Amino acid sequence: MKTDMVIAGVGGQGILSIAAALGSAALDNDLYMKQAETHGMSQRGGDVQSFMRISDKPIYSDLIPKGGADIILSVEPMEALRYLPYLKKGGYVVTNSTPFININNYPEQEKLEATIKALPNYVLIDADRIAKEEVGSARAFNFVMLGAASPFIDVPFEYLEEGIRKIFARKGDEVVDMNIKALHAGRKFSQENR
Amino acid sequence: MQKSLLLGVEAIAQGAIDGGMSGVYAYPGTPSTEITEYVQHSKQANELNIHSDWAANEKTAMESALGMSYAGKRAMVCMKHVGLNVAADCFMNAAITGTNGGLLVVVADDPSMHSSQNEQDSRVYGKFAMIPILEPSNQQEAYDMARFGFELSEACEIPVMMRITTRLAHSRAGVARSAEVIVQNKLKLPEDKLQFVLLPAIARKRYRKLLSNQEKFEAVSEDSVFNSYIDATDKSMGIIACGLGYNYLMENYPDGDCPYPVVKISQYPIPRTMVQKITSECDKVMVLEEGYPVIEEILKGYLEKEAVIGRLDGTLSRDGELTPDMVGKALGFEIKESFEVPSIVAARPPALCVGCSHIDVYKALNEVVAEYGGGRVFADIGCYTLGALPPFNAINSCVDMGASITMAKGAADAGLIPSVAVIGDSTFTHSGMTGLLDAINEKTPITVIISDNESISMTGGQKSSAKGKLEAICLGLGVEKEHIHVLLPVPKKHDEIKEIFRKEMEYNGVSVIIPRRVCVQKNVRDQKIKKAAMAKAAAKA
Ligand code: SF4
Repeated sequence: MKTDMVIAGVGGQGILSIAAALGSAALDNDLYMKQAETHGMSQRGGDVQSFMRISDKPIYSDLIPKGGADIILSVEPMEALRYLPYLKKGGYVVTNSTPFININNYPEQEKLEATIKALPNYVLIDADRIAKEEVGSARAFNFVMLGAASPFIDVPFEYLEEGIRKIFARKGDEVVDMNIKALHAGRKFSQENR
Repeated sequence: MQKSLLLGVEAIAQGAIDGGMSGVYAYPGTPSTEITEYVQHSKQANELNIHSDWAANEKTAMESALGMSYAGKRAMVCMKHVGLNVAADCFMNAAITGTNGGLLVVVADDPSMHSSQNEQDSRVYGKFAMIPILEPSNQQEAYDMARFGFELSEACEIPVMMRITTRLAHSRAGVARSAEVIVQNKLKLPEDKLQFVLLPAIARKRYRKLLSNQEKFEAVSEDSVFNSYIDATDKSMGIIACGLGYNYLMENYPDGDCPYPVVKISQYPIPRTMVQKITSECDKVMVLEEGYPVIEEILKGYLEKEAVIGRLDGTLSRDGELTPDMVGKALGFEIKESFEVPSIVAARPPALCVGCSHIDVYKALNEVVAEYGGGRVFADIGCYTLGALPPFNAINSCVDMGASITMAKGAADAGLIPSVAVIGDSTFTHSGMTGLLDAINEKTPITVIISDNESISMTGGQKSSAKGKLEAICLGLGVEKEHIHVLLPVPKKHDEIKEIFRKEMEYNGVSVIIPRRVCVQKNVRDQKIKKAAMAKAAAKA
């Protein structure tokens, strides 16, 4: 049991809460995990990424070797492509389709989608829309994304639910349920559209 | 045992708390900031009454920590690598005074310069000061070493450095905490009342003691659980792997079956016997170390044959942080790269936040400076350094904390008039004040803009020690009252701001302009905290 994953996005998009849920899922179930993240400069609207590694055996490196990631999970479409050298052959790109545009030379939407669709294994999901319309909270898009990636993560799905429950416990049942609902919605989409 | 999910920096903080620390002193700097923040937010630390407020700079932090150690208690001082340059004066001398209570100096290096001005390797400083160094290879070691560092410091009566790098600092893993929380030391003065008095006669004696202790430090390192010799059959090569270098080595042998003998080093001075064994048994030795080729250079001096490979001969890149791929390639493995980055992916450089007060300062400044011709704005370290990038292209230097004012002074001395310094509020109290005094003493014609956002924003909005004090400090240093201006940097005031800039740049003396508006991000955070506190109070009532 082993999953190496690059979680990508832009500073402030909250990719760390995805990592936190996964981390707590791993740790509470006696799996090993390492998660490297970016701090500092990159937070002013720059690109950020987090390397997430989960395994039932000890993990040495905090960094994932090139060509070693099982999944690239991106909360924004262009950022999914930035880390492609880390994706292994046969690995999956799971990305939100809603762009985060804070630069003038952001690529054309069509070209971007075409590039993603040219990849052998991808899930392109409008997590913003699903979060708003199906889950009822725009903020839950992060966990729609985690749900969408979940079929490719070698960790029992219940662990992910537990992880969410644990990190949001302080905020009350409503928030927990909302995010778990988002997790399910993302998973469903991915299973139907992989 | 239940594990906690901790960043490397958090593991150090928790280890120090559990290890009987009485105080942490620091100035924020990526990647070291969260050590102190963790202590500040720790309920346990709060209950134990552990000091954790921010210092004005790394030197004052180091000196305070030494003071706490003098009084017999365990103290930790944290900084990033370039912060150690600021603290170096005290740091070097603390090796001579020695310690009373345990003193742990945590320095976070930033190879690859993720958010720094250079890649300097703090192990060189540790060696320079001739003190023991710890270099954890994972989060668990980081935790254990913080506790151990205090013990080592007390056993050897010397400050102990813990050197980490960005990757470990900002990477999270499960950490098992020790069941026993060590009780803080009682107040206890040094037995030798002159130990900390570095008058030449005493300093000479203390220095001889430091020198005579080197063998002891080496012996401790030789026996350290953090150093090990892992034998293997293929002696065509041996590997010396330091800190994280060990992980990147083993990453290439997923089943743990590295065919070459390995010396894993996480404590210095270098364990001589182990190194001698591996260099004599193996045909050649590869050194994996993050930062400078410290061990590699020493070995090149030891060995006659050209049998040491690493960063100096290009086997590994001379600069940048180590990666599993870099190490894999050096070991002869192929990089598995499968996809390339598509050409449509654009760079997304960091930028000032929308609505940031620095933007209004730079917009006005750019227009006024253009009237004199560019190339005359000296800046400093903080969010406003991003003003160097498009669309502003507003600044011409960023060297070290405080250098804006002194460089502007030097340029003005050279005849570049007007010269402008842009510095943040926190950076000003960190190291700008003394430079301003120089300018005042010589009545050098410079315009100093202290862009005051009432926060240390670059590192996440820590408390600025300048808060509410800037005008008083400037007045006290001797800036003339009519040449101190406080203004509100908002688009509406654009012309007014320009007017003041222009007027003061024309003035043949020292002017200080303080555009003051709280950092947008800090404001949002403060509002949230306020709201939460109000909700809590309401729930209670
Ligand atoms: S964090 Fe604050 S000071 Fe820094 S760019 Fe954003 S608004 Fe400006």
